[in-house]
Amino acid sequence: MIRIAYENELKELKLETIRMSAACEGMIRRSIDALVNRNHAEAQAVIESDKEVDEYERAIEKKCLRLFLRQQPVAKDFREVSAILKMITDLERIGDQAADISEIMLSIDKDEKYIKKLVHIPKMAENAIGMMHESMTSFINEDLEQAKRVIDADDEVDELFRVVREELVELIKKNADNAEQAIYLMMIAKYLERIADHATNIAEWVIFCATGQKP
Amino acid sequence: MAQSNPAVGIRIKNLNLFYGDFQALKNVNLDIYNKEITAFIGPSGCGKSSLLRCLNRMNDLIEGCRIEGSVTIDGQDIYKDIRDVSLLRRKVGMVFQKPNPFPMSVFDNVAYGARALGIRRKSELAAIVEESLMQAAMWDEVKDRLHKSAFALSGGQQQRLCIARALAIRPEVILMDEPTSALDPISTGKIEDLCDRLKKDYTIVVVTHNMQQAARISDKTVFFLLGEIIEADETDKIFTNPAHRQTERYISGRFG
Repeated sequence: MIRIAYENELKELKLETIRMSAACEGMIRRSIDALVNRNHAEAQAVIESDKEVDEYERAIEKKCLRLFLRQQPVAKDFREVSAILKMITDLERIGDQAADISEIMLSIDKDEKYIKKLVHIPKMAENAIGMMHESMTSFINEDLEQAKRVIDADDEVDELFRVVREELVELIKKNADNAEQAIYLMMIAKYLERIADHATNIAEWVIFCATGQKP
Repeated sequence: MAQSNPAVGIRIKNLNLFYGDFQALKNVNLDIYNKEITAFIGPSGCGKSSLLRCLNRMNDLIEGCRIEGSVTIDGQDIYKDIRDVSLLRRKVGMVFQKPNPFPMSVFDNVAYGARALGIRRKSELAAIVEESLMQAAMWDEVKDRLHKSAFALSGGQQQRLCIARALAIRPEVILMDEPTSALDPISTGKIEDLCDRLKKDYTIVVVTHNMQQAARISDKTVFFLLGEIIEADETDKIFTNPAHRQTERYISGRFG
């Protein structure tokens, strides 16, 4: 075996990306927990965590560029490093959106009751987290089929978003006083829908990694 | 829009090459396309230079060398249909690893082939020399010292002079055996630019140990190992997603 240092750098790069993804997953989970349980301290902590994700992005990006510059990766290494360079942009956006969800939650008055029971929104979050988790697992295991399943799973999140939107429109129609909170919840649902899109992008890069082709 | 597929210029079929008891090439089958750059890559001793030398019968000069199978250029089997090797070498020019100008002036180097073909008229020779040096992108550099010794040129210029000399006999194919391995990065860049320009008019086959060079300049890449072709494909495909593990390991520098 030659190029041991290079091998180690590639391994470390992959590990860092997995760590970044785990941090993003945690942020979504905590932002939804904070929303459901009206936990302002937790929401604040999520907003703080975004810095950590940004830091991951900068560090990983630097490593990718350095590998391109110094090692000129080809074949599988090339596919992997380019995929990671693209994936971390999606992960960073996911982190931003989890932080945005927490910020919106903090904007809703502590004493104000929710205008609806939060069922579909946590379900959207659960699905989006599942998609992220699966996309990363498919990356680790180089599992093409699993990556394809992530892409298919996006439809379900889109459907949940449609349901939430309709429900909120009805609530606004029923009582104009619901409008402010309805718009907040609508934004949260939209962020979750976007997070699922980013997970889909990640899965597409996993497919590129395996095949050299983007779906 | 109809896409024009390049035509096969050189067809190698079931080629085996032996140096005495040693088999250097094993059942090689390969199509090389016209007006493209094809790069041969592989570790030392893998047979890539041996195959290159089969394409203009340079191996004929090696004692104990035996060749089976066929190499067809423009529909002619170069081992069966062409008796006069010099006719073949008019069609298939060659550039070597180390620049090898003849010990004569720049002008005479380039005019050498034309003179050997019987061209004597000064104006005609001058036109051939100028055109060839232009094509080799070095006319401006040497036009004022055409009658100085070729040895006065830098290594990179000498190599381009050798390319000009090869172009002067108007070949169809140019074979290059590690043409830049003895050159600095600037001269290497000039040769690579030159290859890119020349492929409009010529079919180029280049042996290189420089993987990045193969990735930069070639349209097709052929990977050899132990006398066999492991993989031949579009260069982008080979360097992004090679089909064979051995290719992957070699191009990513993990071979061993």
